[in-house]
Amino acid sequence: MDKFDCIIIGAGPAGVAAALTLVRKGLTVAVFERGEYPGSKNLFGGILYSTVLNKLIPNFREDAPVERHITKRRYSILSKNSEMAVEFDFEDFNHSPFNNSFTVLRAKFDRWFAQKAEEAGAVIFTETVVDDFIYDKGKVSGIKARREGGDVYTDVVICAEGANSLLTEKAGLKKKPLPHQMITASKEVISLPREAIEDRFSLNNDEGMALEFFGGAVKWMIGSGFIYTNGDSLSVGVGCPISVMKENNMKPNDLLESFKSHPVIKKLLRGGKTEELSAKMIPELGCKNLPRLIADGLLIVGDAAGFVNPSLYREGTNMAMASGVAAAETILEAKEKGDFSEKGLEGYIKRLKDSFVMKDLERYGDVPEKLSEMPQLFKEYPDAILKMAEGYFTISDLSKDEMHRQAWKGFKDKVSLWRFLLDMYKARKAIL
Amino acid sequence: MNKIEQALQPLEPKTLSEKLFLVRFKTDTESHLKVNSEKCKVCRDKSCIYICPAEVYKLDEKENIIISYEGCLECGTCRIACEFIEWMNPKGGYGVCYKFG
Repeated sequence: MDKFDCIIIGAGPAGVAAALTLVRKGLTVAVFERGEYPGSKNLFGGILYSTVLNKLIPNFREDAPVERHITKRRYSILSKNSEMAVEFDFEDFNHSPFNNSFTVLRAKFDRWFAQKAEEAGAVIFTETVVDDFIYDKGKVSGIKARREGGDVYTDVVICAEGANSLLTEKAGLKKKPLPHQMITASKEVISLPREAIEDRFSLNNDEGMALEFFGGAVKWMIGSGFIYTNGDSLSVGVGCPISVMKENNMKPNDLLESFKSHPVIKKLLRGGKTEELSAKMIPELGCKNLPRLIADGLLIVGDAAGFVNPSLYREGTNMAMASGVAAAETILEAKEKGDFSEKGLEGYIKRLKDSFVMKDLERYGDVPEKLSEMPQLFKEYPDAILKMAEGYFTISDLSKDEMHRQAWKGFKDKVSLWRFLLDMYKARKAIL
Repeated sequence: MNKIEQALQPLEPKTLSEKLFLVRFKTDTESHLKVNSEKCKVCRDKSCIYICPAEVYKLDEKENIIISYEGCLECGTCRIACEFIEWMNPKGGYGVCYKFG
């Protein structure tokens, strides 16, 4: 096989964004994808932020398989059988650029995105696993694909292999993540007619909604459940740190089923039909535990690098694309200098630091760590708050004042007020 | 049943195997997952048995771990939960193939 200017491992958003950027500048690029087609092994919860995609493919919305643009958000805490929610509806997000927030189904979207890179000149080898790098005097100079004549050479490799980062770890750039640094998420795509979705979630044509649920949604563990509206389906899932799942001997599928059968969630899924089950790990390494991002002849991008904003934004794919573009720009610079050593690739780190990627990771990267110190946020508070609210709204023979007193007393018996206020302050400071 | 009545029917419950049946897999003849049976013998937690979203790992009557790798969703959770599981990517084109993702 010929030598390529750059080899990219993985045809997800990070790898393809890099490929697109490089081929447009005339470099020869090979992308290796182990799935039957790009996207066939990819999934996420639901929302693609498109600020980077906008620059790569302006007007992508006219062509790309996007499901809905997000105009509504709802955050809820659930107790065993009640809900307290805050809901936002932004009419202004109904106009271009639609707040750069779209639900997509990745098997469709990633396939389309990869096709754009292919049309621009990237060579995509599907059904091809990469098992290792080839080294020349310590510098990565190619890859070993699991096929005949699978040694392929290059100046530089971008590793966009995803969250289950076997190669990055093998190359010694990353330690195997610890159970508390990875979320295990399970999801179902549940079909539902468009009209039913729009009626149920109060949406106009193409408008979409993102819903996230805490507390009783995931058996009062740290983590959350979610529902995202697609065109004619819902993405419904749960995600919790693997460490927390282990502590509770919890089966992900049991957790998902328990979420789906919560009385509040059950109502939202009526008329639906499960079409597919999927599962994925989400890296939440924290900005202090990111892997080494560059080595001689090698750059790490996307989930493999741990580029996920774990706060309420839940941003992964956009960071992946941003890191892919940053890696590609660095390679263009390195090619001009003819230096693909680690030193020659340092521009990648600078680009990330100057962009929202590192800034947001520094701001939000340790949110999970901070929240893990306050399990009561997910465990005790949801029920205490909802019980108090239920008491407040309960109509009985007692005077309203008496009902309020009882509700308040019930709350204070369960929760230390000072600790509650302090926790609320700390949680707000961490998340918002 | 008219459309509105249909949209108000409860979601049809499905077992895990029924849900896995909806997913397309191209099955290899060899497992891409390996447990270290020596370590398994002394492992108390056996987190692989419950941590897998597809419940790929099961115990047989003799307490040996059986791996139904054919239904693996390739998330990698077991590899993080257990330090001894050997996780290899399935052969190119094999394994899970999502339609929606």
